[in-house]
Amino acid sequence: MNWFVDTFRTSLGKKFLMAVTGLGFIGFIIVHMMGNMTLFVGHEAFNAYVEKLHGYEALILVAEIGLLSLAVIHVTTGLLLFLGNRSARNVSYTVKKSGGGRNIGSATMPYTGFVILLFVILHLSNFSFVDTTDRTMYDVITATFSSWIYIIVYVVSVAAVAIHVRHGFWSLFQSLGLNHEKYMPALRMISIALAVIVGVGFGLIPIYIGIIT
Amino acid sequence: MTTKTINLTLKVWRQNRSRPKGGFENYTAKDISTDMSFLEMLDVVNEDLVLSGKEPIAFDHDCREGICGMCGAVVDGEAHGPLKETTLCQLHMRHFKSGDTIVIEPWRARAFPIVKDLVVDRSAFDEIIASGGYISSKTGGAQDANNILVGKEIADKAFNAAACIGCGACVAACPNASAMLFVGAKVSHLGLLPQGRPEAKTRVHNMVRTMDRLGFGNCSNETECEVQCPKSISIREIARMNREFVKASFS
Ligand code: HEM
Ligand code: FES
Repeated sequence: MNWFVDTFRTSLGKKFLMAVTGLGFIGFIIVHMMGNMTLFVGHEAFNAYVEKLHGYEALILVAEIGLLSLAVIHVTTGLLLFLGNRSARNVSYTVKKSGGGRNIGSATMPYTGFVILLFVILHLSNFSFVDTTDRTMYDVITATFSSWIYIIVYVVSVAAVAIHVRHGFWSLFQSLGLNHEKYMPALRMISIALAVIVGVGFGLIPIYIGIIT
Repeated sequence: MTTKTINLTLKVWRQNRSRPKGGFENYTAKDISTDMSFLEMLDVVNEDLVLSGKEPIAFDHDCREGICGMCGAVVDGEAHGPLKETTLCQLHMRHFKSGDTIVIEPWRARAFPIVKDLVVDRSAFDEIIASGGYISSKTGGAQDANNILVGKEIADKAFNAAACIGCGACVAACPNASAMLFVGAKVSHLGLLPQGRPEAKTRVHNMVRTMDRLGFGNCSNETECEVQCPKSISIREIARMNREFVKASFS
């Protein structure tokens, strides 16, 4: 078999795929969040940002194809790992107890991941596949978050992303073989900080738009 | 000085080789000296069982001094019981209170089928070792000890990894029944030393694939293995294996 395909069919190879695609997602959500922060400046600033972004058509297309590829790899590999792990522990323990290693993030990766997948589909249908010929993006957002249900769904989904990142960030370095006592404590702290930043940054948007303004 | 004794209720997994399913049986462990080890406590229970004509509880053990890696059971949900850095044979009954109910289960993993009661078949580990966990060297007369120089820091790292006794607690503790701490320890212990370098590439290549083939799960960095490992093997050994694997695959 081709050595390249063979490498990524192993357990470690799959972990590398998760780590690299996960890192790509983290890069994306940081940039995405910074852009969205213009919402807090006001609707002119936000609409100007959207206008500017849509000016770079070619760039956006490349980014979209890239993100879609990352998503296909991350989700299918994650599913394979999840199923493999379930079958590896064919009989579960009667007493389930943590020795103190796992945390809410690590213990829920496949589940928060699944929530994120559903959320991404909803999110794209809310804000990407919409017609903005006779209204601005800001109008679309305020219309969406005028509903309580959307505010709750978005806040819960953002929490899922934060919990996923809380484990995902440091974990990806470990998966890539980057763990040293010199920098791992820092990476673990950044992981928590990033989760809080992502959770608060994105989570405040529906609350601010829907409730405060 | 008189020794303190305690009374316990045990819920022990009983299962026969020929049966696909097992179940819990309740036993009382009476007048157990707190100076006893966990295995000695099981010995006392077994003596009573034998005297009353019942089948004793099967469990693995050998050295009973924490160095061979034979013993092990999941006690109240933790591999080798609640005490950190301790094998089951070195866990003493003073860590339990009179009146406690203790649930004792075997290592649970598809790759470790149950032989009987608490005894599981860990030959999957032997198979992984046979696929690369060794060095091929000519054994002539003993060399001069300083013929091959090894830095102290490297020697210490290799030694830390070599502390793995292959008991399987990592697999038992891992929510995914992954064997990566074990394999990482072996890959590190041999790969860090100059004698292990010539075969480093084929070693990691073969050991990882053998591990996958035997039906162990995939590491998701839960770190339960390192906290429940009786020898405190660090997940940095897994990271080193990951690096070795990248090096071996892309060269
Ligand atoms: C689209 C839905 C998603 C699903 C279904 C999903 C699923 C998963 C699963 C199951 C894992 C654990 C794999 C394992 O360790 O065995 C994982 C890891 C990870 N995910 Fe996601 N995920 C999704 C979205 C995201 C997003 C949006 C991000 C970025 C913010 C992300 C970042 C990560 C990272 C960094 C890891 C850790 C990789 C590693 O441990 O090496 N994921 N994901
Ligand atoms: S019996 Fe040898 S380590 Fe416990």
